[in-house]
Amino acid sequence: MYRIRRFAVRHARTFEWVYVRFEAALVALDPLFRRIGYHRLERPVAAVEKLTKGLLFDCRMCGQCVLSSTGMSCPMNCPKNLRNGPCGGVRPGGFCEVDPQMHCVWVMAWEGAARMRDGARINDVQPPVDRSLEGSSSWLRVVREKAVRPTGPTDAPRGTMARAFSQARAHEPSAAPLAPEPRPAADGKPRR
Amino acid sequence: MNSNPPVDLAPWQPSYDPPPPGHVSGSRLERVLRQGRFAVTAELNPPDSADPADVFAAARPLAQVADAINATDASGANCHMSSIGISALLTRAGIGTVYQISCRDRNRIAIQGDVLGAAAMGVRNVLCLTGDGVGVGDQPGARPVFDLDSISLLRTIRTMRDDGVFLSGRRITSPPRMFLGAAENPCITPLDWRPDRLAKKVEAGADFIQTNYIFDIPTFERFMARVRDLGLDKRVFILAGVGPLASAKAARWMRNHVPGVHIPDAVIARMERATDPGEEGKRLCIELIQQIRQIAGVSGVHVMAYRREHLVSEIIAQSGVRQDHLSD
Repeated sequence: MYRIRRFAVRHARTFEWVYVRFEAALVALDPLFRRIGYHRLERPVAAVEKLTKGLLFDCRMCGQCVLSSTGMSCPMNCPKNLRNGPCGGVRPGGFCEVDPQMHCVWVMAWEGAARMRDGARINDVQPPVDRSLEGSSSWLRVVREKAVRPTGPTDAPRGTMARAFSQARAHEPSAAPLAPEPRPAADGKPRR
Repeated sequence: MNSNPPVDLAPWQPSYDPPPPGHVSGSRLERVLRQGRFAVTAELNPPDSADPADVFAAARPLAQVADAINATDASGANCHMSSIGISALLTRAGIGTVYQISCRDRNRIAIQGDVLGAAAMGVRNVLCLTGDGVGVGDQPGARPVFDLDSISLLRTIRTMRDDGVFLSGRRITSPPRMFLGAAENPCITPLDWRPDRLAKKVEAGADFIQTNYIFDIPTFERFMARVRDLGLDKRVFILAGVGPLASAKAARWMRNHVPGVHIPDAVIARMERATDPGEEGKRLCIELIQQIRQIAGVSGVHVMAYRREHLVSEIIAQSGVRQDHLSD
């Protein structure tokens, strides 16, 4: 919802505080998640994530959440899907070039970032999204990236993306993930 | 079986020479800027035609004064001849070009391939743009792509150029030698963070910046002061955008219909008062160039004279900014 989305940006610092603790708890649960199997958790966790983040941030489930680096304003709500905004078309008063009724997602992002403790992360150059991860849980991806240091050779596409956007990866590892994707659940459709 | 006559490809294969030391592309624009001379670029109005003669006719008034001519990529989401086509034609005629890429119409696969294609045809400057939304153009039903944005596009081409790989990690045997450009819009909301976003573009790989129209000198001066505080003027060449207004009516239309154009009321009032608006627009443009020239950290101007291209060489000559360009 647009109004809740704007509320979240106004309270970006509180949401940051909450998320930092929530993420730490999730990362601590990695051994349990591994016992259960990430592939089994994927669908239920993604459903919860979609519900909560959908309500709070109008989350589009890109699977590579960077809210902590974008002032709690979801960049996927930008009609141009900018991951490094705002564009040069912002209207007077901070309204969107494409949808003049809407406040620019990225003007809100910079406002939100200014309120956050680690707001300087908005200066990181974010990589393009990996469309094949759309619909998957970003929470679980973050846990896999943060709990396990990748060992052995990583595949070339992911390795290149992680190197080319190393600063973004340092703060938001799921933006340029290296950990292997879980094998698809038995009843789930394998993702392309 | 094969009855085709033998083909002599030698004349079609210019050598792919490395750039001079300290340069990334060797383009004329890059050389002029690195020598510390005041650079001039100009925007070409792309033809709605497949005839190369129309491209050269559009380029002729600009080629005498510009260090590089920008070939726009469906600007305003209006369909015209492609930037890569225009860039290739002009490059072969010995005219430096800035190949513009908008993220609106092509995905990362198409863009990376086009960058290699453009480099192979001799194009040495590229401007990375996000692009206007499709809704303002002549075919608003088109699917907007926006797979990359201007900043991830900059980093993508820099990775191709400096690391010699595609984003997939696959090796490029001869990397594209491109002088990397980006746009900036110093007089548009959010004014406070525009310099910070410029910093991101520099961090992503921009070597030069071409700004949107500057009609508001005080706002641009505040922007440049912050740019200097951030030390960005030492890391990137900034070319300020200027252009002659045709009339008060045209100025108002641009302000209301072209995304990202800021024209103060005082400028429009001045155009309204003028007895000869065309002449006034030219004089205003010359004055703006002279004021911009005095601002520390500005390396050149980018002239966008839509349908007034015939005025560009006169404007540059009368502004006096080319006095350091004695030869070449």
